[in-house]
Amino acid sequence: MPKHTIDPNQWIDLYSDYLFNFTVSRVNDREKAKDLVQDTFFAGLKSMKNFKGEASERTWLISILKRKIIDHYRKINSNKGKAEIRVEFNSEDDEGSWLEKRVADPDYKTAEDTIINEELGDAIYNCLNKLPQKQATVFRMKTIEGLETDTICNELNITPSNLWVIIHRARITMAECMEKNWF
Amino acid sequence: MKNKSFLFISCEEAQIICDKSQYKEATLWEKFKLSLRFLWCRITRTYVSKNKKLTQSLKQSKVTCLKQSEKENLKETLQKELKKQEH
Repeated sequence: MPKHTIDPNQWIDLYSDYLFNFTVSRVNDREKAKDLVQDTFFAGLKSMKNFKGEASERTWLISILKRKIIDHYRKINSNKGKAEIRVEFNSEDDEGSWLEKRVADPDYKTAEDTIINEELGDAIYNCLNKLPQKQATVFRMKTIEGLETDTICNELNITPSNLWVIIHRARITMAECMEKNWF
Repeated sequence: MKNKSFLFISCEEAQIICDKSQYKEATLWEKFKLSLRFLWCRITRTYVSKNKKLTQSLKQSKVTCLKQSEKENLKETLQKELKKQEH
């Protein structure tokens, strides 16, 4: 008997942020990440019948997304991670002699940094998923999207004091959860 | 008595000011009141320390998410696709 069930109507609310964050950290392109997440959901819909319920919905969607990311890199035949080679002519005398110059990648991060940040991102999203819906929405809008207090209050029809109480409760739960799972 | 409440704040108030300060939205006066409480309240000190740790982790992770409007669009597109499949 399958342990997990599938419900596409809940996918966006439950997994879109997690999948999006997972993708952005791997493709470094917001628009591309959005497309890949959308493609993942579409592919998920098409292969829903193959879902056996052995893994959770999120694990299953992540496995589809990983394949989409690999396909993306195959398509663009990316040179990501390789040193850029610039070819310059030095002077008139040197004309025709090639100089290869290795240029450091300005966004260079060690593999360890990347892994730690990805795992930290996962831990944060796991804790965020444990918050009640309203707290999660307000916390996400304020902390991750970085929206102004007034904007959030207008959008959600709450007062600033309500907002800070919600943020406070969310931060307590987040800190406790991160204490258990990360710190 | 009035003067006392003017300067001294409750633990929860102090914690909310600490939250605001994580988003750089606490006023100087609020920060002053928080500092006063911080001096003698162990619970406030613990909260401030944990809260700062959380802020640091959030910054370090550089987590990102979809905007609400992007989510709504995605939801709509997915619903259309779902309906297509049902037919």
